[in-house]
Amino acid sequence: MNTNGHEHVIEVTDLRRVYGGGFEAVRGISFSVRRGEVFALLGTNGAGKTSTVELLEGLAPPTAGRVRIFGRDPHTERAAVRPRTGVMLQEGGFPSELTVAETARMWAGCVSGARPPLQALGLVGLEHRAGVRVKQLSGGERRRLDLALALLGRPEVLFLDEPTTGLDAEGRRETWDLVRELSDGGTTVLLTTHYLEEAEDLADRLAILHRGLIAATGTPAEVTAAQPSRISFELPEGYFVGDLPPLGRLGVLGHEVEGRLVRLRTRELQRTATGLLGWAEQAGVELGRLDVRSASLEEAFLGIARQAAAGSAADVKEYAA
Amino acid sequence: MSGTALTTTPAGRVAALARAELTLFGRSKGMIVAAVFVPLVLPFSARTVVKDMDLSGAGLNVGLVLLPGAIGFSLLVAVYSALIGVFVGRREELVLKRLRTGELRDREILAGSALPSVGTGLVQSLLLAVGCAVLLDVPAPEAPHLAVLGLALGLVMCAALAALTASFTRTVESAQVTGMPLMLVSMAGSGLAVPLELMPDRVATVLELLPLTPVITLLRGGWSGELSVSASIGPVLTALAWTVLAVFAVRRWFRWEPRR
Repeated sequence: MNTNGHEHVIEVTDLRRVYGGGFEAVRGISFSVRRGEVFALLGTNGAGKTSTVELLEGLAPPTAGRVRIFGRDPHTERAAVRPRTGVMLQEGGFPSELTVAETARMWAGCVSGARPPLQALGLVGLEHRAGVRVKQLSGGERRRLDLALALLGRPEVLFLDEPTTGLDAEGRRETWDLVRELSDGGTTVLLTTHYLEEAEDLADRLAILHRGLIAATGTPAEVTAAQPSRISFELPEGYFVGDLPPLGRLGVLGHEVEGRLVRLRTRELQRTATGLLGWAEQAGVELGRLDVRSASLEEAFLGIARQAAAGSAADVKEYAA
Repeated sequence: MSGTALTTTPAGRVAALARAELTLFGRSKGMIVAAVFVPLVLPFSARTVVKDMDLSGAGLNVGLVLLPGAIGFSLLVAVYSALIGVFVGRREELVLKRLRTGELRDREILAGSALPSVGTGLVQSLLLAVGCAVLLDVPAPEAPHLAVLGLALGLVMCAALAALTASFTRTVESAQVTGMPLMLVSMAGSGLAVPLELMPDRVATVLELLPLTPVITLLRGGWSGELSVSASIGPVLTALAWTVLAVFAVRRWFRWEPRR
């Protein structure tokens, strides 16, 4: 359990989940999360994020493989694990006719070492809505109520399934600040998201899930570094790709041409850019719509989606937006 | 109840959940009407029908038919039927799924959700007993232990059967339909309206095996005092068997999340 003094509080080994109809949602994934770490599971809809998190939460037994939280099985050793975890489901399940305060009080009665309900509501800025029925809350307020309940028991491990979906920009910032604060205080956080900047900003490490498998994992910087940088521009009138200097010599890994628009992929951005701009200068031409960008998590994500695209163009479109 | 116990207990968790469920109960007009109005009014309107039955031959009187029948009806409406709606409704709202992420055990979730309706059934039964004593001159029960046993078995069994029925019910709307078979069969065949004593023996033998029949038998025996210990063993076992069966079926088939 201990490696270099860092305790792995979440350990996942060869995890599989097959649903009744035979659909294989999780197809053998492994990862571990250290105490105090923020770990993000990224993926398109249907990538297996929620299916995975539900197994970590102990809501269902895995079809195969192993989950350990604090070294214990969250499904069979529920009584030992649950008092130490907090869960925010993708969709909060609250009776719509209860008020916010009544909901928090009910949950507090079911949680060991609970914070006072109103204090928990204060953490997410909902105390002024305490007397309002759940059905009258906005989608964002409901997410925050869910987060407040997940925090009620001062959990050591927090599972957040798409915590900021439906929140406005400000609410999202506030949630991020809260997660950072909790993490600084030693709480281990596992979150799923399809907001790339959320993972990039918040996560110490992340895994990109694609069709039930981990397509890439590491720190945001590591995952990004594995991706090429990109340069795109419009060829001047009368010029063709063949008129450019030999691309291989500029460090270009590959290129695409779409009408006049040329896209280059490279791992040596400075060399490629210098070579290209030097050529343009010498030839006395203007490169229209010039765009030079280093790899980002978004590039990594799109790259992974594209690699495995075969017939699922929808994935790319959704995240490109 | 500060709700900030250092470690929670099963009883504390069930109480917290039951309290919330009771609040919801109070906010649902449909539940209040079904739970309070119908069972208390219906038995008295049935009185005229029962009056015309030939009861003296079977050693019965109007009170001994009406009171157990009314309690049985209350169990069916206020406990069984109402709880199907509660279980399915909470499942639809993903409340059950959310509750399962915490420290509550599955049985605690079902018990806490059921408690207000079971309590309603209990209070109604007591009110009916008092009401019948005052309005219909029904004497005090001759064998109160049988009446208590019958009522306790009836409450637990109806809650368990409601959870079982909810396992096979998709929406709150369809709960009205899925609860119907047991409601109708019980009303017709468990001695709620027509005492089994007035039916042919062979038919009665079969009807004794219905879930609610032993409850009515024990209640009636409790008031009449004419059910010997040996004669009460059969009904107790039948009721227990139904309860155990329902509990096992619930563990096997209960759905905690809506189908997608």
